[in-house]
Amino acid sequence: MKDRNFKYYLDLITVLVAKELKVRYKNSYLGYFWSLLNPLAMALIFYFAFKVIMRVPIENYSFFLITGLFPWQWFSNSVGSSPGILLSNTSLIKKVKFPVYFIPFTNVLNDAVHFLLTIPVITVFGLFFSKIPSLVWLLGIPLWFFTQFLLTYGLALLISSINLFFRDLERLVMVFLLILFYVTPVFYDITLVPEKYRKILFLNPVSGIIMGWRDLFMKGAFDFKFYCFYLIYSFILFTFCFYVFKRLSYKFAEVL
Amino acid sequence: MKDKVVIFDKVIKSYPSYTHITGGIKNFLIHFNKSIRNFKKRHVVLKEISFEISQGECVGFIGRNGVGKSTLLGLIAGVLKPDSGKIFVKGKVSPLLELGAGFHPELTGRENIILNGVLLGMTKEEVFSKIDSIIEFSGIKNFIDQPIRIYSSGMVARLAFSVIAHLDPEILLIDEVLAVGDIEFQKKSYNKIVEFKQKGITMVLVSHDLESIKRLCDRVIWLENGKIEMDGRPEEVVEEYQKSIIKE
Repeated sequence: MKDRNFKYYLDLITVLVAKELKVRYKNSYLGYFWSLLNPLAMALIFYFAFKVIMRVPIENYSFFLITGLFPWQWFSNSVGSSPGILLSNTSLIKKVKFPVYFIPFTNVLNDAVHFLLTIPVITVFGLFFSKIPSLVWLLGIPLWFFTQFLLTYGLALLISSINLFFRDLERLVMVFLLILFYVTPVFYDITLVPEKYRKILFLNPVSGIIMGWRDLFMKGAFDFKFYCFYLIYSFILFTFCFYVFKRLSYKFAEVL
Repeated sequence: MKDKVVIFDKVIKSYPSYTHITGGIKNFLIHFNKSIRNFKKRHVVLKEISFEISQGECVGFIGRNGVGKSTLLGLIAGVLKPDSGKIFVKGKVSPLLELGAGFHPELTGRENIILNGVLLGMTKEEVFSKIDSIIEFSGIKNFIDQPIRIYSSGMVARLAFSVIAHLDPEILLIDEVLAVGDIEFQKKSYNKIVEFKQKGITMVLVSHDLESIKRLCDRVIWLENGKIEMDGRPEEVVEEYQKSIIKE
């Protein structure tokens, strides 16, 4: 019975992720390029605004932008779509006893798969700046992936469940993401930030993750202590969010 | 004496009024006091309901709108929790979903069968072993590899019912979804339900269609004001229920 349960959950995840991917790519063979379009367009805009016009003193700025924007895109897509994901499965949640936390899980996993698919693009970009992929990637990619997944999944659980009770949360999430984008070193480097604000930036868990990715992709560097701090940080946040989700989940069928 | 598969013992279920908060954070803050007051005022739907259902029984629930019939199914399915009282359910519960719930319009019929089958509790392997028979039963062979957004609503309904029909449920919950598809398919699904009955599958029906309740059920329970008004043979309960409506 235990064995069947495990197999069933695995099937459930693969079927739900396959559904999302199929729907996304069904009508266009260019689907992959469409999902690159948004971060690349953003990179182009920021390059123009900050390198060409404002002349920020950051080397290899276009590569710098991409290493930050791609993981940010994953985070922001997953969190941004989380308010609606439980609402769009109303009839299922209302009638079937079903591990509901799998719905946000597959949603985040889906964006995660897209992020992984963009790593070759990051690699190719790096080659232009004669950055050769290092062996550290083999360790760093899965580890940072795990941490970002934990944090993103946690927030998706929290937001998706609270949104059932306060249906206008979606608007606040958009504002929240906008603010978060600017207090995360995605298009600037942490060293450009005045000393007294730097601490606050480090408190933002997304900052750590973006910096981690960037060091990994640009320098082939992986700081173990730095990593552990953000892993534990994300884990604590995740635990809190999961707890809230669990407490609220008995009420889902009532409010929907 | 047959096994009891569903037992409700003095079950009470109430809902708080969620309208003030689902109106959003803005509304909640503006009408803060009122919202809190409303939240505390709970609306009792089921008042100490007790009944038992035996293995293989087909029980119909009737009553006016909003009397708590769907709440009752939610409690049996385990998606709702009672305020107090005990609920005992033995066996795998399969609810018959609203038509096409959990289907995705962009996916083909075949892909939707797999998706729906897994969502309703089958493993992929189990779905694959039954998929031919599901397609056969639905009778939409020619369109099965087309996206279901081009299906007629009747065809979607047939597909949905065909998946359910192959679930091997132990307890089947049916909420107002009997009359789907054309006459031929209605007959087919009716026969399937009769077949379920013969196999000894326990069924709980909720419907306003008193005729089909009378035809299918072994027992009918009439709910009124959150209580069981009458529990007994279908013809008698339906007749009393109709009388009470005409009286008003």
